[in-house]
Amino acid sequence: MLELTPAESLRQAERIEGAVHHDRRHDSAHKHVSGEAVYIDDMPEPAGLLHVYLGLASKAHARIRAMDLTAVQAAPGVVRVFTAADIPGHNDVGCDGRGDEPMFATNLVEFAGQPIFAVAATTRDEARRAAGLAVVDYEELPAVLDIAGARHKGELVVTPMRLARGDAATAIAAAPRRITGRMSIGGQEHFYLEGQIALAIPGEDGEVTVYSSTQHPSEVQHVVAHVLDLPSGAVTVEVRRMGGGFGGKETQANFFAAVAALVARKTGRAAKLRPDRDDDMRITGKRHDFEVEYDIGFDDEGRIAGVDFTFAARCGYAADLSGPVTDRALFHGDNCYFYPAVHMRSEPLKTNTVSNTAFRGFGGPQGVVAAERMIEEIAFALGKDPLEIRRLNFYGTADRNVTPYHQTVTDNVIHDLVARLASDSDYHARRAEIRAWNARRRWQRRGLALTPVKFGISFTKTEANQAGALVHIYKDGSIHLNHGGTEMGQGLYTKVAQVVAEEFKVDLSRVHITATTTGKVPNTSPTAASSGADLNGMAARAAARTIKERLVAFAAEHWRVAPEAVRFLRNRVAIGGQEIPFPELVRAAYTARVSLSSTGFYKTPKIHWDRAAGRGHPFYYFAYGAAASEVVVDLLTGEYRVERTDILHDCGRSLNPAIDRGQIEGAFVQGMGWLTTEELWWDAEGRLRTHAPSTYKIPACSDRPRIFDVRLYDTPNREETIYRSKAVGEPPFMLGVSVLHALSDAVASVADYRLCPRLDPPATPEKVLAAIEDLRDRAGRGSAAS
Amino acid sequence: MPGPMRDHVRFLLGDELREIRDVDPTMTVLDWLRTVERRVGTKEGCAEGDCGACTVVVGRLDGGRLRHEAVNACIRFLPTLDGCQLLTVEHLKAEDGRLHPVQQALVDRHGSQCGFCTPGFVMSLFALYQNEERPTPERIDDALAGNLCRCTGYAPIAAAAERMYELGAPADDRFSVRRNEVARRLAALADEATVAVGRDGRRFFAPASADALAALCLEHPDACIVAGATDVGLWVTKHQRVLPTVIYTGRVRDLRTIVDTGEALSIGAAVTYADAAAPLARLYPDVGELVRRIGAEQVRNMGTVGGNIANGSPIGDGPPALIAAGARLVLRRGDERRTLPLEDFFIAYGRQDRRPGEFVERIIVPKPNPADRFRAYKISKRFDQDISAVCGAFRLRVENGRVADVRLAYGGMAGTPKRASEAEKALLGQPWTEASVHAAMAALARDFTPLTDWRASAGYRQRVAANLLMKLYVETTEPSAETRLVGDRSLAHA
Repeated sequence: MLELTPAESLRQAERIEGAVHHDRRHDSAHKHVSGEAVYIDDMPEPAGLLHVYLGLASKAHARIRAMDLTAVQAAPGVVRVFTAADIPGHNDVGCDGRGDEPMFATNLVEFAGQPIFAVAATTRDEARRAAGLAVVDYEELPAVLDIAGARHKGELVVTPMRLARGDAATAIAAAPRRITGRMSIGGQEHFYLEGQIALAIPGEDGEVTVYSSTQHPSEVQHVVAHVLDLPSGAVTVEVRRMGGGFGGKETQANFFAAVAALVARKTGRAAKLRPDRDDDMRITGKRHDFEVEYDIGFDDEGRIAGVDFTFAARCGYAADLSGPVTDRALFHGDNCYFYPAVHMRSEPLKTNTVSNTAFRGFGGPQGVVAAERMIEEIAFALGKDPLEIRRLNFYGTADRNVTPYHQTVTDNVIHDLVARLASDSDYHARRAEIRAWNARRRWQRRGLALTPVKFGISFTKTEANQAGALVHIYKDGSIHLNHGGTEMGQGLYTKVAQVVAEEFKVDLSRVHITATTTGKVPNTSPTAASSGADLNGMAARAAARTIKERLVAFAAEHWRVAPEAVRFLRNRVAIGGQEIPFPELVRAAYTARVSLSSTGFYKTPKIHWDRAAGRGHPFYYFAYGAAASEVVVDLLTGEYRVERTDILHDCGRSLNPAIDRGQIEGAFVQGMGWLTTEELWWDAEGRLRTHAPSTYKIPACSDRPRIFDVRLYDTPNREETIYRSKAVGEPPFMLGVSVLHALSDAVASVADYRLCPRLDPPATPEKVLAAIEDLRDRAGRGSAAS
Repeated sequence: MPGPMRDHVRFLLGDELREIRDVDPTMTVLDWLRTVERRVGTKEGCAEGDCGACTVVVGRLDGGRLRHEAVNACIRFLPTLDGCQLLTVEHLKAEDGRLHPVQQALVDRHGSQCGFCTPGFVMSLFALYQNEERPTPERIDDALAGNLCRCTGYAPIAAAAERMYELGAPADDRFSVRRNEVARRLAALADEATVAVGRDGRRFFAPASADALAALCLEHPDACIVAGATDVGLWVTKHQRVLPTVIYTGRVRDLRTIVDTGEALSIGAAVTYADAAAPLARLYPDVGELVRRIGAEQVRNMGTVGGNIANGSPIGDGPPALIAAGARLVLRRGDERRTLPLEDFFIAYGRQDRRPGEFVERIIVPKPNPADRFRAYKISKRFDQDISAVCGAFRLRVENGRVADVRLAYGGMAGTPKRASEAEKALLGQPWTEASVHAAMAALARDFTPLTDWRASAGYRQRVAANLLMKLYVETTEPSAETRLVGDRSLAHA
């Protein structure tokens, strides 16, 4: 063992338990494993609780001629049935007040699974049975179910966005080489393990408290108020934890909360709504599926001259977050690459399917997947290693560094990061080995790919980049922490508590973490866009600093020392020559009537965005990462396995490396799932048929890479973020792209790497086998023609 | 007459004896825990036995020994716990508040994020810890295949499965120490009486012998016969079907035996896949590999070989393998028995050759001829805990270079599990060559007109079904060829 220097051992002794930059377990880990962590359905049920269930439309597009709910009302245990007519306020649960998302459809049904009524009964089983008894007379209308149909019809849910820099058309036409193509990219179900749920408890004067499994309590509050025609001040929304969110509870919780609140308000009884998994999957939006058209010009070296992308997205029947989601696809249509001339546009298409919504990456992954397909096309056209094409086109550090939205990339670390990963993963030698291995195999092929990611951090909706926190210190020196961020498993509560503990230099156990509630911190932003720790960490630090400044001023005055002579040490405070325990200082400050409570506020600096002009500085900074994945494919069946994945990911100076590693690994596997086995399947009537884990296949334990090496690229954020860390929720999701490209590399072997396989995700075994056969056909035609 | 009756269900909830009289025959263990007992540590993730969030451990006597099995509480009916011990996540922490090694290992390895799947993982790991001393990484993956986690990507959970053994030896575990005592208590609960409980005119019967079962089936010809409930459970949780009369086979001791008759294995209809796996694998190694991929541990601990046949599903994986092996079915009605080739049991989609009052009693699986080659392949989107798009099982005998005998059975290709008679014809008597295989692959198009659904398109089903014949050919003729991505790869050329 190494001897510590005296300075080092002092530093270690002074390091608080739970210090920033150190591994720290999730604050609820011991409760997760013992079953003591309370989710909403686990809360003690109030006496007289009503259970609510939903009636769903069975048609994708129809007029409701008549709805007979007599049997529902008469069913055993039923207390009351609710339709749109019972809503005192607005029949709208959408996130932006467009009025295009009715809580209950009235005369027009716009997707199969759309809620049309609710029924409250004394047990959940009774409510569920009753909900099935409705008789609805539909007049069916022509339904638009897919992107092709939607493009034909041309109806949009929001104004499209356009990004342009330079003259893309001319640059592409003038380039020595040109490729056009298209790809389809599948959607994704969130599959949070805890489904949607809300419990509403009525109060006096119309007040209602809603326990909602939501990433956005403030929006739930506003939507409930809007539906019930109440001022927001009468509604309190609380969430201690979610059993997973992934974007699926950013806006999708609104509806369930509003229904529970309506029932509570109308009956005066507590009301709980928890849909079955199948109904949850039918009712709630998913990741948008896209069709991307690309037209690229490049030179013989593989250097891109110009790019034109069209991103057509199936948005579903309403806008929800489709505007910013499709925008973010465009923002990431460059991934890590400099486009000398570029034109991109979005097509946010209306369809008669569920309204698609936020999902980790928020459109960004679809942009990255399209950019990587473009790289692959260039590489195959030139017979080069895709990694070489990637590196050739990386953003520069001094020049070639302006994005399609005219923001200059100033924190680019991708060159070094990818060089290190290529070396650590032995990329080049393995690529050669795999090719040699493949040359000797008739029934299996291996593939290897290294793909990078650059992800813009900040809400592109600038106003969302603000956060609040509330810190109290009680007389015993214990600290009560609250902030606007929500905990969905990502370890946000732990990280923010670490920040506050570090500020006061007290052990983390002294910081009491409390449930997020609109009653403590108002007007919060969703916990989304990877922003949770960046925003709420800063807000909590601000609150802690305010109190700390008061304590310092008090101590300086009380003990007659200079403020600089007051220093916070581990669990104690040095005041001049003496040291006192932290609680003692707190007690003395209380006695001297010093306020021990403070709010904190933070807003992200430097950012601005003009959507109409397609110009600005929408991102405070970028997070980077790269992954190298190796797969083996069965050529007879299209089945495959991920044999090895190496990841190097940039979290800045990580606030908590253990938690960040968990985010990276989990995001990678989720991203891999999106691109491989997770297939959403609608039938010809527009009904989702993959609505449960028996039919919708997220990765299982044995699907993770057999060898899985994850490392942090540990360098400080160049911007002044909380302890120079970087956001980590979404960026590593796109590391899963390496698996898609490794599959493509393996498939390409069947045509001797001469043709781009154009393997569209999700690359199910069926799709992989189809790509193998298509490639053999194309290669056969090619050689026949030559 | 079914013999003596007992009017209550009795089981241990941890150490506590529970006797329940008035019970809904199809109330799930999960609903009972969460809504009646308010033990809310066990979670509902899907209510169809596919996510594992509801995993609990059931202790049952197996030849006098206590065995702990992870099962899905969401699709297990409460009265089926009769004579068992139920352990939930709440039981694991010691009275002094110390976490169990399984729990501490998950904390140490950062194995929980959102925490909602965690109690299920804890219980799957707990069952593994109780049953196995040194699981391999592959075994750990198998033990966790029935638990979905959407947050962690599984690596820290698998690491916890290794860590837990460092925190304490299973033999010293307080549950191991008390194993004999619990076994004694469970033995005292076992009896020959038929459990007969119910509510609101709906009845649940759990006979203890095949004779009693036969009598009950005659008496209640419309009853729903339930074995593992891994299918029937979903009728209840997903479709809210009301089953007036349920006859449960899990207590029928003579239906839980596997008897070696010399030339065959006679498998009782209530033998679970967990119990059948090893004996079947000894005869047909590839059936062992196939069974490893039927459902997951929780499902195999409940689901039975007989149930997988009797429910007539076109996508069950057991029937194709057993048909290829030449299995026969023993059906019993009262004291009458008849035997038929397994493939003849399946008449059409949703229709089987089972008469009112009749039940599947045994499955007779012949031992392979030493000259036979047997292969079973399961094609699904995901390797573990998935339902086959296509399942192909083949028995082949080549003599003097020619196909002397061949049975090709498929699941997922028609409304029933079915033999590919045209493809068999194309092979029989032909030289075992690539050309003959191609002829058989082409003949499959005359055997099947598969459907397109969410698991696969008709085209893929047709293509992959044919390619599996090529895989069979490669595995029987090219000893060096790599053809397996998962499982024991040595099986490819066994």
